[in-house]
Amino acid sequence: MADRRQTTEKNMRTMFFIIATASIAVLFLIMLFLFKEGLPIFKTVSVKDFIFGKYWYPTSDPADFGIFPLIVASVLVTAVSGVISIPLGVMTAVYLSEIAKPRVGQIVKPMVEMLAALPSVVIGFFGMVLVAPFLQRVFGIPTGLNLFNAALMLAFMSVPTICSISEDAIHSVPDALREASVALGATQLQTIVRVVVPASLSGISTGIILGLSRAIGETMVVLMVAGGAAMLPRSPFDPVRPMPASIASEMAEAPVGGEHYYALFATGIVLFVFTLFFNIVADYLAQKYAQVGEASL
Amino acid sequence: MNVPEQSKNDDSPEYKMSSEDLDFYYGDFKALNNVTMGFKSCEVTALIGPSGCGKSTFLRCLNRMNDLIPISRVDGKITLDGENIYLPSVDVVMLRRKVGMVFQKPNPFPKSIFDNVAYGLWVNGIKDKAFVRDCVEESLKRAAIWDEVKDRLQDTALGLSGGQQQRLCIARALAVKPEVVLMDEPASALDPIATQKIEELIHQLKEMYTIIIVTHNMQQAARVSDVTAFFYLGKLIEAGDTDSIFTRPTKKQTEDYITGRFG
Repeated sequence: MADRRQTTEKNMRTMFFIIATASIAVLFLIMLFLFKEGLPIFKTVSVKDFIFGKYWYPTSDPADFGIFPLIVASVLVTAVSGVISIPLGVMTAVYLSEIAKPRVGQIVKPMVEMLAALPSVVIGFFGMVLVAPFLQRVFGIPTGLNLFNAALMLAFMSVPTICSISEDAIHSVPDALREASVALGATQLQTIVRVVVPASLSGISTGIILGLSRAIGETMVVLMVAGGAAMLPRSPFDPVRPMPASIASEMAEAPVGGEHYYALFATGIVLFVFTLFFNIVADYLAQKYAQVGEASL
Repeated sequence: MNVPEQSKNDDSPEYKMSSEDLDFYYGDFKALNNVTMGFKSCEVTALIGPSGCGKSTFLRCLNRMNDLIPISRVDGKITLDGENIYLPSVDVVMLRRKVGMVFQKPNPFPKSIFDNVAYGLWVNGIKDKAFVRDCVEESLKRAAIWDEVKDRLQDTALGLSGGQQQRLCIARALAVKPEVVLMDEPASALDPIATQKIEELIHQLKEMYTIIIVTHNMQQAARVSDVTAFFYLGKLIEAGDTDSIFTRPTKKQTEDYITGRFG
């Protein structure tokens, strides 16, 4: 009896180990494949020319493989969307957690989180059909499919992440700190700005980084509304071609094993480095400013 | 001395703070029932009683901390220097500046030691750096922690021991120059040595402040207070001279409680 129990115990451990290893192994293999298919492009183009080259004409003869416009597009679209989504997300979180009546918070927070459930193609469709003509009319620009539109749509997608994680962080600030602040004659606004938000900064920054990393890796929305021009934008209303859009739209026409094919995978590597960087920063922030709880005794 | 006698004196100007027919509700639950008592200037009043008797609730009514609880309601009157603090015209920020509070668990902000003490000054709009520096030093000295922290004012307050944190919280409360200091079981989370320091501190502070302290520890009440009030089931059972409460209580419930027969 005891023997059988021990065997079961041992099998159980082995099983969980194998399952855990399998998922990690698959991830690792994907990464390996990404590098294997991406690195050969650097036989024809130097890393410097690839990253800082200003011209992306992969199908011309001779072809140009400079993804600088694509990188700039990705970074700018993400940055502009951050300018919109960070204040929106964080302030909504402050409102829900500190100011709104608990019942309002209980209703609104799931609604904000539901925004995250909207398929990205729906958001892209919305941007294409409603926002683009609107922008075109209001600003009198040649196309509504541009950097600003894409940033706006991506902001919609990041707000739920930023808001939800920030709200959790703000909510977990112990009431003792709010009481201490109020008891010293601080107003609610002073308490929020000087005590609550600083105390939850680690959670808020994690939320921001994860929200931005969602924006930079998002494909469908930028494919649909960014405009698709692989050039350096001169204004926020110029069309751009962020990295994911470029990969998604060109992969079908790039012959396997050709230079274009390798270049697209190499673009994937660059994108991967970006998101990896975001995640490391998020991890670092979460640990560095590990939520300061109540005074420990 | 008993309750009715206290209520007769209620409007007498010798009381720094007083409550009159105070009822307090958490939703439908009546947590305080008709509490009437006064607190004299430069005296320590201890509020004792078993858990859930309403003594902390009463304490938190005195600087309107209970306003933060949405479902709470107050009936009756609490006065500070003769002014009713529950009038709609009262500026609650000013009230809390005059009636400071120290909590049960030390709750320093996750900021530096200096910033913790300076916080109350900043939020009250004081920006003069030299003044803030002097005031921080004076408060830390008054809370008997200056010597331990003077060389590391910029270090985080969370690195201090529990007892030091509590004295820091007292310094923080003193920095805004309150007239009344409320203490909600300030030593219950501390070890005996830290407790002793806090009690010595209370002795020194009563020269300048009116102190009202909630405590579970009857020896502590006997040691630090001039007046003791016994609460039971939301009612003030008896209040009077600490010596007489502990040696000749007039109510049987008080006697049972302080002799350890219940609670």
